[in-house]
Amino acid sequence: MTVQPTPASATPEGGHLLELRDLHVEFRTAEGVARVINGVSYHLDAGETLAVLGESGSGKSVTAQAIMGILDTPPALIRSGQILYQGQDLLTRSEEQRRQVRGKEIAMIFQDALSALNPVFPVGWQIGETLRQRAGMSRGDARRRAIELMDLVKIPGAAKRIGDYPHQFSGGMRQRVMIAMALALDPKVLIADEPTTALDVTVQAQIMDLLADLRRDLNMAMILITHDLGVVAGVADRIAVMYAGRIVEHADVRSLYKAPAHPYTKGLLESIPRMDVRGQELSTIKGLPPNLMRIPSGCPFHPRCPYVQQVCVDVVPHDLVLGDGRTSACHFAQEVRDDSAR
Amino acid sequence: MFRYILRRLLQMVLAFFGTTLIVYALMFAGQGDPIQALAGERPVTAAQRAYLTEKYHLDATGVGGFFYRYFDYVRSLLQGDLGQSLTGRQIGDILQAAWPVTLKLALIALAVAILVGVTAGVVAGIRRASIFDNSTLVLTLLVLGIPTIVLAPLAQYFLGVKWQLFPPTAGSQPTFYALLLPGIVLGSLSLATALRLTRTSVAENLRADYVRTARSKGLVKRRIVTVHVLRNSLIPVITFLGVELGNLMSGAIITEGVFNIPGVGFNLFRGIRTEDGPLVVGIVSVLVVVYLVSNLVVDVLYAVLDPRIRYE
Repeated sequence: MTVQPTPASATPEGGHLLELRDLHVEFRTAEGVARVINGVSYHLDAGETLAVLGESGSGKSVTAQAIMGILDTPPALIRSGQILYQGQDLLTRSEEQRRQVRGKEIAMIFQDALSALNPVFPVGWQIGETLRQRAGMSRGDARRRAIELMDLVKIPGAAKRIGDYPHQFSGGMRQRVMIAMALALDPKVLIADEPTTALDVTVQAQIMDLLADLRRDLNMAMILITHDLGVVAGVADRIAVMYAGRIVEHADVRSLYKAPAHPYTKGLLESIPRMDVRGQELSTIKGLPPNLMRIPSGCPFHPRCPYVQQVCVDVVPHDLVLGDGRTSACHFAQEVRDDSAR
Repeated sequence: MFRYILRRLLQMVLAFFGTTLIVYALMFAGQGDPIQALAGERPVTAAQRAYLTEKYHLDATGVGGFFYRYFDYVRSLLQGDLGQSLTGRQIGDILQAAWPVTLKLALIALAVAILVGVTAGVVAGIRRASIFDNSTLVLTLLVLGIPTIVLAPLAQYFLGVKWQLFPPTAGSQPTFYALLLPGIVLGSLSLATALRLTRTSVAENLRADYVRTARSKGLVKRRIVTVHVLRNSLIPVITFLGVELGNLMSGAIITEGVFNIPGVGFNLFRGIRTEDGPLVVGIVSVLVVVYLVSNLVVDVLYAVLDPRIRYE
């Protein structure tokens, strides 16, 4: 059954830039079928940043790879749903048409830039490759543009470092190379899949600032995938929280931080250590994320939920629309929000 | 890099003396009377015996005497004189005649391994678990399981004698055509290993993160495979083939023996069989150098292929 979340922002004229409708993805393995994405819907408008938050295995990266069309199929299989880009469903397009979209319209950067870059080619060559292959640039033009892009992402001495190999850069600089490569064709959407997870804390902040600046300057829309609530706060406009392949809560950043309306989000926020309370015991969400081959009945979060009632075991909660355009897939969303606000 | 090569060259000097010493010791340790061995069945006169004892410093006994003779040998070796075989021929001349034949054979074997092995390996790696993949796995297992001592005579009998597609033996001045069947037989082992190595390497690299990146750049699949994946996958394969060329250059005793090819391995085998000490030690000394040099070349090549490798 299709559940349309009420958007936290108004639908613009001519529809959203990117919209996912009730996406279902499963992985068929020798051990069985893992239902990785179970009806994900979200949207992205020009010039905004959507944060997709969730633990490992919640399906946030798979969703992004489904948008890019770079899921390995098999084992992955997109069961149903739509991925609308500028009103057209990407899933019904041919592979060649989807390839044209990749990099040019929607670009992506990945978590570990060291393995995401090809170890045996210089970084300038790798940035230039996109320009030569996709934009038909000459060798010299691609090289000049690659230096410009490396300057844009603030790599010091770009012209000198263009011939260096990925392993000769620091972690932060490598991620900047990744970003420069993603920006090569001026994409309208940038998907950043845990762009700072592999980096030192100080470098994390620099990369997040860079991404925020670039998004603004180049007027892109950004999907920021992360499991780190701290990363999200300063950058995102809206947050979609994922659990077991579903979006459990969807709200603008401010109201979500102020009063989460899903027990899972509430747990996540409470598990951030606080500087202002001394000697507190660290709060955790008990239990483990569900095995995606055996997702619990009813609400998939019920075995770990402090609010659990019989109805949670029996009935899958629909997205409950709260005031100010927020949604929460919890039977007790109102209570949770009121508890949190207190 | 330059310092690394220099250090390796110095290590090679040590390795060279070490190996020649061991081979020299082994070859002459068991010999009772070297002068009688030199003369064969014929009687040796007292004057001849005295002359040869003097010439080869055979009067010096024990460990001291052994090293005396060993350094005698090394001195002439360094002057480019490999000495004479027991048959009276210059060992240098024997090698000069044998090596081009072995080199031709080695290159045919290597070409077979590259053309068939690497190509099929790439295809099998891309289409993993396909019929092609599984049949190459079974075939290569078969080839790897059959020793050359069985495979060579079988190929000679069926392809050479029974169906007469190839000349069964090569003879003293072998043509390219005559070396083709032995080359394929010799190369089949390298082929099987190269195929499996390429297949694993390609399959592994296809799953690498940088392939995902290349796809997200919107590159065509063909370019992702032929540029990104192949460039990475072939690093271990080329390294293996380099070492393999070193092995093949040092002669294939069994293959050259079966097909009667007058190469290095053939002469080495004859030397061992006729207990021709100087010939065996001479050939092995040169083989050691060939092997050491080819290994150094492979290590340097490895650094050229993989920018992450840096020698200090």
